[in-house]
Amino acid sequence: MSSTPQVLAAGRGAVKRSWRPSWHRHLSGSEFAWAIAFIVPYAAVLIAFAIFPIAYGFWMASSPSLYVQLFASDEYWDAVVSTALYVGIGVNATMFLALLLSGFFMRRSRWVKALLVVSMLPWALPAQTAFISFHWMMIYWGFLNSVLEKLFGIHGPDWLTYYWLALGANIVASTWKTMPFWTLILLAGRMAIPQDLYDAADIDGANGFRRFVHLVVPLLANLYLVCTLLATIWMIGDFNTPDLVSGGAPVDGTKVLATLGVEYLLEQGNPGLGVAVVMTGLPLLIPLGILLIRRLHAREVQL
Amino acid sequence: MSVAFGRARPPYRLRRLAGDTGAVVLAVVLLLWWLLPVYNMMLIALDPEGKTAFTGDIWPSAPTLEAFRGVLFQRYWYLQDFWHQLGNSFFIGITTMALTVLIASLASFALGRMRLGRGGVISTAALLIYMVPAYFLVIPFYLLMHTYGLMDSLWAVIAADVTFAVPYAVLILHWYGRLIPMELDEAARIDGASPGRVYLKIYLPLMAPALAAVGTYALLTAWNEYLYQFILLSSPRNKTVAITLATFFDNEDTPWNYPVAASLLYALPPIVIFFAVRRYIAAGLTLGGVKG
Repeated sequence: MSSTPQVLAAGRGAVKRSWRPSWHRHLSGSEFAWAIAFIVPYAAVLIAFAIFPIAYGFWMASSPSLYVQLFASDEYWDAVVSTALYVGIGVNATMFLALLLSGFFMRRSRWVKALLVVSMLPWALPAQTAFISFHWMMIYWGFLNSVLEKLFGIHGPDWLTYYWLALGANIVASTWKTMPFWTLILLAGRMAIPQDLYDAADIDGANGFRRFVHLVVPLLANLYLVCTLLATIWMIGDFNTPDLVSGGAPVDGTKVLATLGVEYLLEQGNPGLGVAVVMTGLPLLIPLGILLIRRLHAREVQL
Repeated sequence: MSVAFGRARPPYRLRRLAGDTGAVVLAVVLLLWWLLPVYNMMLIALDPEGKTAFTGDIWPSAPTLEAFRGVLFQRYWYLQDFWHQLGNSFFIGITTMALTVLIASLASFALGRMRLGRGGVISTAALLIYMVPAYFLVIPFYLLMHTYGLMDSLWAVIAADVTFAVPYAVLILHWYGRLIPMELDEAARIDGASPGRVYLKIYLPLMAPALAAVGTYALLTAWNEYLYQFILLSSPRNKTVAITLATFFDNEDTPWNYPVAASLLYALPPIVIFFAVRRYIAAGLTLGGVKG
């Protein structure tokens, strides 16, 4: 962990960039050939396995009849609502908790640093292992209900048969898995705030809360926004959590767009409709992506 | 100052004590939160019948390693290909890692050190791909693999994993490469070294920490990835542990200690690797996170 601050301190701005001419004036014939040879594998992978599938996807989902069919189905609108709730609540809960938690990790004792290492366990654990465990904790004969009964004498509900509880289980599991990553990023952001500012706030008599509101929040705002945007995009594309934790229960209620698309492909043999599901997410995703890129280029933050 | 502030504050030592107590309480809560799912799996795996309910004993009364033995010696019929499938998982992970490091280091060398093209355009393109959730491409990818004749092939999964790991790797290497002075390259060039030699003798050794970071990142994403393996692989010999485990859980009447034990064993390699190289990972994840 100790190398992080140095690396951070030497970000984009720390390295002076001298002006250099672009390649066609700079590279000679043989050098140009070398450069092309070096870039070919990268370009080939991107074209064959990213750009071509994207183009193919657009072509597959180009028929308007697919969207007529999609918009007429209740299943689709249920998935839209579930996705909105899952992502809207999940991202904000995760990011806000990560922001608070990153403050805790600013403490300088040794055991807090050790705890930070342990905190990465959910992130390093394979999704299947973690989410299946969550699934089994929530079933009727699972860990959660037996603990409730042993400790408090409460007969717990069958969690995954209630819409809100199943949705909540997905959100909690997703928060559990992704929060460590965002905590680490926000911690790095906090560590980049110069100590002088904290000292100055201390002299002015600011307590912890005021320091957080007037110092940390304004300075981390941009990083926080970028992380939130990225987390939103990733969570909209999250297949594992809804598939493995609630499994779409109850009765396909908590199905999200990501699981619906795959279901159209595998269970109904209708890949066109599956891609159309993805395409309907684009009007939201493209503005998010543009905003994100502009923020990243704005200054201060890179990810 | 505190008088001017108009509010009396408790004495320093008292505040500090309260802060420390709060921190310890929070730490205990956090540890419970992080470890609970793993603890739950340990309980199921150690239970002779694989019961999922909590018995009330913090440590199981009759723990048995039978489930782990059953997995390791492939005694349970569902897991008869466990070692072979673990080998498949390793093959996918390690090939993805090697290809990602190779392709990304070549590309970032051409872009950053040889000044091919304008870095801004390339890093924006890489960023765009990095942002696209892997799931978005899964259906066209699945159909294209049919066309390429790569269905039920480990290479199809590797192609997907490499595609999603390389843009991130290029970004990280591109940023990290700025820390290495160009003068080193130029000196070598003046001494007559070809770009290939500069790449091998100067770039790769100096970039070793960043290469370790992106390599581990690629290995971990390939190991933890589930959707593409699930969609692309079908025959028992080509399946990976990840998919076998997932199919296990569709079957409600299986004894659950076996799949849970297998799942815990499957989680070991990434955890070991992660904690072994966590220094590099943390640096890689947060590299350039904030401008200093």
